[in-house]
Order: sequence, then C-alpha cells, then structure tokens
Amino acid sequence: MSAVSKVGATRDPARVTRAAWLIGLGVLLLALPHLIYPVLALDILAWGLFAVAFDLLFGFSGLLSFGHAAFWGTSAYLTAFLLGHGQSVPVAIAGGTLGALALAVPVAFLSVRSSGIYFSMITLAFAQMVSFLALQWTDLTGGENGLQGFARPSLLGLDFSDAQLRYYVCLVLFALGFGVAYRAVRSPFGQAQQAVRDSEQRAQSVGYNPARFKFTAFLLSAGLAGLAGAMYTFGHGVVSLEVVNWRTSGEVVMMTLLGGTTTLFGPVIGAGLVLLLRDVLTTANLPVGIVTGVVFVLVVLFFRRGVVGTLQHWRRRR
Amino acid sequence: MNTQLLLIQVFNGLVNGAFYALLSLGLAVIFGMLRIVNFMHGALYMLGAFAAFALGQLLGLGFWPSLILAPLLVGLLGVVLERGLLSRLYGLEPSYNLLLTFGLTLLTQDLVKQVMLSRFAVSSAPYSPPELLSGVVNLGFVVFPKYRLFVIALSLVVCLLTWFVIEKTRVGAIIRASTENPVVTRAFGINVSLWVTGVFAVGAALAGLAGVLAAPIYSVEPYMGAELIITTFAVVVIGGMGSILGSVVTGFAVGVLAAVGAAVYPPIANTLVFILMALVLLVRPSGLFGLPEGAR
Repeated sequence: MSAVSKVGATRDPARVTRAAWLIGLGVLLLALPHLIYPVLALDILAWGLFAVAFDLLFGFSGLLSFGHAAFWGTSAYLTAFLLGHGQSVPVAIAGGTLGALALAVPVAFLSVRSSGIYFSMITLAFAQMVSFLALQWTDLTGGENGLQGFARPSLLGLDFSDAQLRYYVCLVLFALGFGVAYRAVRSPFGQAQQAVRDSEQRAQSVGYNPARFKFTAFLLSAGLAGLAGAMYTFGHGVVSLEVVNWRTSGEVVMMTLLGGTTTLFGPVIGAGLVLLLRDVLTTANLPVGIVTGVVFVLVVLFFRRGVVGTLQHWRRRR
Repeated sequence: MNTQLLLIQVFNGLVNGAFYALLSLGLAVIFGMLRIVNFMHGALYMLGAFAAFALGQLLGLGFWPSLILAPLLVGLLGVVLERGLLSRLYGLEPSYNLLLTFGLTLLTQDLVKQVMLSRFAVSSAPYSPPELLSGVVNLGFVVFPKYRLFVIALSLVVCLLTWFVIEKTRVGAIIRASTENPVVTRAFGINVSLWVTGVFAVGAALAGLAGVLAAPIYSVEPYMGAELIITTFAVVVIGGMGSILGSVVTGFAVGVLAAVGAAVYPPIANTLVFILMALVLLVRPSGLFGLPEGAR
C-alpha cells in the first residue's frame, strides 16, 4: 500500500482513483473479520488472491487458463503435508508456494506455445492429471478422505488456533501477493505483457519475445495462485480433493469475470461476492450449483465488464 | 499377461473408445464448423441418458424408442441453446462460449439432480439393456456381452456416416461453405444461420445418442458427463481440434490404450490420456490430425 503516499505529489486523476480503491479495499479487508465470521473472511482473502493470480494471466495476457486449480491445489496439499510433518507455518506456506511454482515450469513450457481455446484445453488437461494424481497418491493427499487435523505450530508466541489471528496473518500475505501483482502490472514488464496480448505480431516487431513474456506471466500467476492455496490450507485446516477439481478452475474464472477482468481490484470483489452468495445459499438450503450456474451465464451474456469494469466504464462516459 | 485377458481388455477399451469417439466427434463437428468449444457436451450426454430414463419412467418407453427420441430431444435443446444463448456471443472471443457452456453445465447437472431426487426419488438409476441385446456372445476366442458389441458397432456406423456426410456430400459442402465464408455463401442464396443451428443440433444429438447408449453400461447419474468431458477434450486435443477423422480414430485408440495400460499398471487408467496428450503436444502442437493453423 506504498502507492498511497506517492499520490499526493501528483494530480493524475487515474492515480487518485487507484489510491481511493486501494484505501477502500484496505479498510474493508481490515474490518472484514468483524463484519462476517473469520473463516469466511479468510476464504475471501485466499480466493481473492487466487482470482487476482488468474487475472494476471487471463486479463493481462489474454490466456484463459482452465486449469489453475492445479497450482492452488498442489500448494494446498503441500502446505498441509508439511504442517502435518511438523514444519513451521512459514516453511509450510513457502514450501507450498514453491511447489506450485515448480509444477508451473513444465506446464507453462508446454502450454504457452499455443493460444486461445487450445491453451484453455491444455491447461485443463494438465490440471486433470494433477487431480488424478491427488486421488491416487494417498500417502501424500489422503485420497478421497483428504487431509485434516494437521498442526499449526505456534510461532513467536502467536497461537494460530485463533481464526482472527490467522486472518490477519493471511492479510499480510495477501497484501504481499497483491503488491507483487500490482507492481507487475504497472511495470515495463506488465506493459509489454499487455502489448503482447493486444497484438502479438506488433509486440514482436518492436523487439519483444511473446513466448518469453507469456512464460514469465504464467509462472508469476501460478506462484501467486500457489500462495493463495497455501493461505487456504492455513486458514481452513482441511484439504480435500475439491481443491484440484475442474470446478475449482471454473469458479475462479467466474469470480474474476463477475468482479471485472484487467482491474486487479475486481477479482477480489468478485471472490467476495461469490463466497458471500454461496454462504447465503447454503444456510438457506438452496441448490448452490443451479444459482452459481445462472449467475455465471448471466455474467457472460450481459455483464462481461464485471462490477469494477462497469463502474470504470460509467466514470469514463461521464 | 495371458492373451484371453488382453483381448477382453481390448474389447472393453473399444467400448470406452466408442463413447470417446462419439463425443469427440460431436465436439469436433461443433468446433470445426462453428468455432464453439462446447463445454456442455458432457451435460448433453448426461441429458441423453436422463431422457431415456425419464421417457421410460413417465411414458413406459423402452430402449429402442428412446434411442431415437432422446437424441432428438437433446438436439432440440441444442437448437434452443444455439439460437437463444450462444448466437449472442458470435463475434466475441471463443473463450466466452467456453465460459457460457461451463455455467450451463453447472446449472444442468444440479437441475437434473434436483429433478431425479424430487420427481423420481433416486440419485442414480440403473437402466437395463433391451431383451434382444442382453446376454453374452461367444466370439470363439473371447466371450463378450452382446450389448457392448452393439455399442461398438453402432458408434462406428454413426461416426463413418457423419464423416461421409461432411466430407463427401453436397450437404457437407454447404455446411463447410457456410462456416468458412458465410458472406459469400449467403450471396448464393443459402440460409447460413439455419445451417449453423442445424450443425449445432446434430452435434448435440450425437452427445445425446452417446448418453442413451451409455445408460445401460454406466447407469444414469447427474454427474456422469463431468469427468468424461475432460477426457473427451484431451482426445480432441490429441486428434487435432476440429478434425473429424482425428477425433474418431483418436477416440477409439485412446480407449484401447487406456484399457490395455490399465491391465499392466492399474493406477494409470485415467491419467494415460493426459500423459499421451502432453507427449503429442511436445511433438505436434496442433495434434495428430490437425492442420498447423489449428493451434491458433
């Protein structure tokens, strides 16, 4: 959130808007565990960062990954495994994130050579491979039963069994991940990445190597998805096969679309809306799949800009 | 491993392959002609099986009438989908088609689950093969259920017929012209959007047919298409997206390879297709039968 202090010096309206968004989101997230129950708030942070990571690839590189659950899930399992084997919380979270990053290297190598729908199907298939591995490698993943009841050893006198404390630890991690994404998008790298998205040929003709940019963007996105997956495990204390299911890959797409792609704030807001909706639905005993399916269809048909995108559009038109 | 067992595995593989082939054929027709990646294909397959089950429960229709009626109903639903929803996304990135049909899949699966539970009080229902096809047949070297042989044969016939119509007849020429250059085709007085709708309906009906055929083998269940669609996607990627011949050949080949692979090392059964896909992509990014432009 260091961008806030810089804004005062310049009067660029776009920067002022961004700063307002940053402050707004920051305040909201600081207050969140007091507004809703902490585990739901934790979920919003983890899924929010996951959606930001996904959008780095989809919104800013034009690559629709339909297999991001592979990175989220691998990290979630690894984190649980490390915690279950007596590792400390920071080691487990770092281990999970690095594991996701390591998996991303071969997957990115094979998938960024294609684009469009082809890319989506290839990423989906790789994620499915991970999902079958998770089902069969029961020593590591617990198979159908998943992993639960692993310890969260306290650190520096902090007792992680307190959900509110876990939330604020995750908020720090979230800010770290969001900051990386924010910097990446505004850096020369991010600008070049968007140039590649808009016209690969033009970007190539001014001297950029599109494949290299896509590869790097993929790794960055997978690494952040991994960090989010580690947060999810740390927050929940349970990991099941759901984390590597293709529905998970689809859900993060929905959150991002609903919030607004290429907006960074949008995915977080989309994640929050979807999770709150789901929470209401389960307590009201309404069929979750039917409602989320309808929301998904309506967003794709009539609301492609998403919440934040629509707000931006209105502002620009006025 | 003894030969008898291997042969049985090959036959079982052909049965699975028959479903892969029928489904990926429908996907390939829809993608090749309309550039729509129909994630809903697995749900349409499930709807075919569910329609057969519901027709039996409500109207007392047996397997044979359902084998005709259920695909027709699914094809009709295809018309509604294409006209009512998908046509609104033409001209946008094909990703949106994928996303829309993904949402529809979630919706359809849970809707069918609700109907099955509330109307029929079951969450999954067995479906018996027709009298004529129950029992086994002795092929001399192996004994095999009649119904499964019928599935292999019918799938082969349907695949060959579809290939023939699209590649060798005037109807196929019109379809290909309508999708490759709609403006010029329209100038020849051909109603392009009608043909487009027709192609989508046929693709959907193929999925519905596969569903009815699957009902006696796998029983009727709201999520029966969920894992299958992902494998089918992998088959289509291996075969080369949009290639009709590629999807059929790869469908059967993947079925057999996975079954034989499973006999040697059981855990590999479900993963083999994805390993194959990774290997093929390393060597030929556009798939075995795909044109290089297919990778775009």
